[in-house]
Order: sequence, then structure tokens, then C-alpha cells
Amino acid sequence: MAKLVEIRWHGRGGQGAKTASLLLAEVAFNTGKYIQGFPEYGPERMGAPITAYNRISDEKLTIHSNIYEPDYVVVVDETLLKTVPVTSGLKKDGAIIINTSKDPETVKKELNFEGRVYTIDARKISEETIGAYYPNTPMLVAVVKVSGIIPEDVFLNDIEASFKHKFANKPHVVPKNMEAVVRSLQEVKGL
Amino acid sequence: MAKRVSLSGNEAVAQAMRQINPDVVAAFPITPSTEIPQYFSQFVANGQVTTEFVPVESEHSAMSACIGAAAAGGRVMTATSANGLALMWEMLYIAASSRLPITLAAVNRALSGPINIHNDHSDTMGARDSGWIQLYGENAQEAYDNFIMAVKIGEHPDVQLPVMDCFDGFITSHAVENLEMLEDEEVKAFVGENRVAPYALIGQEPVSMGPLDLPPYYFEHKRQQAEAMKNAKRVILEVAAEFEKLTGRKYGLFEEYRMEDAEAAIVILNSSAGTAKAVVDSLRAEGKKVGLIKIRVFRPFPAEELAEALSKVKAVAVMDKADSFSAAGGPVFTEVRSAMYGRADGKIVVSYIYGLGGRDVTTNQIEKVYNDLFSAIETGKYEVYNYVGVRE
Repeated sequence: MAKLVEIRWHGRGGQGAKTASLLLAEVAFNTGKYIQGFPEYGPERMGAPITAYNRISDEKLTIHSNIYEPDYVVVVDETLLKTVPVTSGLKKDGAIIINTSKDPETVKKELNFEGRVYTIDARKISEETIGAYYPNTPMLVAVVKVSGIIPEDVFLNDIEASFKHKFANKPHVVPKNMEAVVRSLQEVKGL
Repeated sequence: MAKRVSLSGNEAVAQAMRQINPDVVAAFPITPSTEIPQYFSQFVANGQVTTEFVPVESEHSAMSACIGAAAAGGRVMTATSANGLALMWEMLYIAASSRLPITLAAVNRALSGPINIHNDHSDTMGARDSGWIQLYGENAQEAYDNFIMAVKIGEHPDVQLPVMDCFDGFITSHAVENLEMLEDEEVKAFVGENRVAPYALIGQEPVSMGPLDLPPYYFEHKRQQAEAMKNAKRVILEVAAEFEKLTGRKYGLFEEYRMEDAEAAIVILNSSAGTAKAVVDSLRAEGKKVGLIKIRVFRPFPAEELAEALSKVKAVAVMDKADSFSAAGGPVFTEVRSAMYGRADGKIVVSYIYGLGGRDVTTNQIEKVYNDLFSAIETGKYEVYNYVGVRE
């Protein structure tokens, strides 16, 4: 793995892209990495396009700008593909991970990107496990799986602890989120 | 024992506040500083601190309540940003001239208008003559460390002045990063269990505070205030030395980054200094002699020390994330250039205004500034007043 991994998240306000980026930062932190997790704040409206970022490194991070040439792009809402230049600056040897029921080959034709394309049906997984549309957990899992930032077994242990912390006031949702995690690890398409 | 944690800047400062357990926190919420009193009010509700938390109806009242509580001898804290700081303005001067060591987390945000919630330094730069000590920090670690040191600096008998812990809104306040936290007991031992106020409204020898001060005494009081700010420079270094013993983290009046043999230097503060360090590293790898000075203490201003640190460079760019609309450069520029006069003459000294209202500050922008400096050194031709990252 490269020393510095930069990830850009595209989502819509309320879908949890920011939360997912912060969770990813937390699990990477727990494996001893240097991390940054930060959203780009705009007008805070439900449904408005939002961007969030992660830097994950073995060395101390000092850059505090946004990320313009990411290694990975995560698209939490596929309707953004038509309105936001999600592949902008994405490294050729990088990858894009999209929440859609389509397979990677179909999506690739719609994208201006020659590199690796992965898809995951985060809607289906989250509705069937969590019982509502919370795409951020499956997307977080997909980026861990595709990037290999964290070993899967380490990730599984850690994410459960993170959920317990995050959902301290509603512990009943932890098992459902863990079910979503396990399924998501198996359902990333394009690997 | 230090604890390795991942926290946002706001969370880190709220944790510092919890560890210090002050007597009074009075605050009014404003983005991006809101989370500090928000987290802290949870600590109050959970009984993790014994602080009297005063939710007030405005920032003017927040600072007024802080002044009252500090005048009574308490250890007092608050947090604000931008227009909140502007609404405190009148009371900032009263806090400083009453010699009350209040600690304020100043989460830097552009001062309206036009209205904007994002980061620049127009809020605290505007307060630079209010008589407050100003510490600036690059990241969550420095925001946390400076907040703890601020208490000890402000409360020192030779200082007795309020202190702002300034760090960048959103970039530092809302980004989660690695940092090391001290143990609660270590923080308490470092700052002392209670503030020892040399004079107060209550106690064995109560005094009056804030009465009318007419020509027979006013000037002497202002002269003493100025002397306290001079003393602060020494005390800041003493406190930093003690903090280094505890943590291993070294702080000075400013940080010199790869300044040995540097020909072109940037003077900058807060989070963009980190971005600029990455540029320094990549340019150094190409063999270019570049360096950086990150100002930590802007009040008191380390004039002699900065001039000395810049005495060997050929060209320096002073970068301001605030425009003072003097039509003659930003506030950091004018002070650095003035400090160099008669001490480090014959240098190219130029001003760059950057990053206003949250305009992202990239490595490309910083690289352009260094390239401009080398071009100035080679050709002798350059503009003194510049903007970078703006459409013109």
C-alpha cells in the first residue's frame, strides 16, 4: 500500500457521507495510522451535494487543503454522476466506488474514467439489514475492501466497537449495522 | 502518560476545558466554535466538571459574564468566532485593561460581510490591539496545547492578561486528526487546581474593579498594561519550556521550519503553515533553499526575534489570511516588515493576501509564492502587494 491514501466522498446532505468519512478515519486511526477526516461545509441542506475527504498515511499529515487528485472516489448517491464531476482529478491507477444496482461495466460507459470501477447496491443491503436507507455503512465497507487500507479482520472487530460508541444511545441498531457490514464485504462488484 | 486520540479541534479544546475544570464558562453559540460549549455543557450535565456554565443571550453578555466572574477571582473561559468576537469587542478591551486572565478559544472565521461561515483571520486580526495575548495553532494538537498553556500564561503574576487560543474554523475545528492528550491529573497539576488572583472583588481584601479612571491615573494604568504584555513574551517561553518537559512538544514564539540556509522564506500562521511545510519539503527535495516561519505568538509580537530569524534570507513573503484594507498589505505583513526595519535591512519583503472566506489554500498556491520569490531574487523585479488564489 502507498504511504498516503487520499479519498474523496460525494454524497447528499443527510445520507451520512460525512459520518462515513469520520468512521473510516476512526478505524484507520485504530490501526495506528495518521488520519484526517473532514467535510467540505456548504449550505447545510438535506439533499444538497456534499463532499467529504480522508487522508490516511503512515507518516504525519500536515497538508490541510481539500483533495484534488484522490486515489479513491466514493459516490454515495448515483444521481450525482450526472451533475457533479466525480472523477475530476481521480488518479488513473485509482478507483471509483459507486452506490448503484448496476454492474461496473454498465456504469463505466457513463463515466469519463479509464481506471477501476466498482459498484455496490448499498440501498438494497441497508434496506434489507438496517431496515431503512442508510447507504453510508455499505459504502464505508466497500472502500475498505477495495483500498485494502485496513485488513478485513481488523476492520470487522474495530467497526463493531465504533458502532457501539457511535450508537451508545441506541444499541439495538448495532447488530443490524454489523449484518450490513458482513454483507457489504461480499457484495462489492468489480473485484 | 499521553493518550493517542483522534479528535476534531473543537473536541480537543472542549476536552482541555474539561481537564482544566474552570470555575465559570459563559458562552453563546456561533459557527464554527459552537461545538466547544456544546461538548462542554455535556460535561457539565454529566457532572464531569464542577464548572458554573452560564448560557447567555449574546456574546457581549458572554464576555461580560466572564469579566464579572474573573473579577471575582475565578478561572474563566469561553469560545467564539467571527461576528461573535465582534459583538464582544467593547468587553475585550475591558477584560484586558482590567487585567483579567480569561481564556478564549477563538475559532477563526471570516467576519461578515458578506456573510460567510468559513475560515480566515479577519476576526482575531481585528482584535489584535484589544490587549489580549494571541496564540495561533496549526492543528488540533496545537489548539489543545495552546489552550492549556494559555491558562498558565494569562494567570502568571507578571502578566494577568486574557489570552486567545486562535485556530482555523472548519479546517482545524471540524477535521478529525491524530493528537496526544495529557492525562487529566497532568493538566490539573500543570495549570494548578485553582487560579490565585492577586486582587478580586471578593475575598479577604476586596477591591473595586472598573471604576472611572481619569487623567491622573489612566495613562499609568495603560503603561502597566503594556509592561504586562512585554512580560508575557518571557512568561510564554517559560511556560512552553515547562510544557515541553511534560509532553516533549516544543513551542516558541514562532516555529522555524527548514530555515537553515533558506534564501526564500514564507511567514504564515495557522493551518496553512502545515500545507506550506509540505511544499517546503518538496522544493527542498529539488534542491531549492526554502524555509518557513510559522508565527505562534502574534500578541505580544516577537519583533526582534523574527528579524533575527529572517536576517539571512534574501526574500520573504508574509502571508495574511485577512486584509486590513490599508491598501498597504495585511496586518502580519506590516508588522513583520516593520520589525525588520533597522534589524534585517536590504531584503525583498512582499505581502500576499490569501484564503479569504474559506477559499481553499492549496500547495499550488504556496508553490507559486516561492516561485515568485525566486523570480524576485533573480530579476530584482517584483510587486510588493499581492493576492494569491483569487480571480481577477
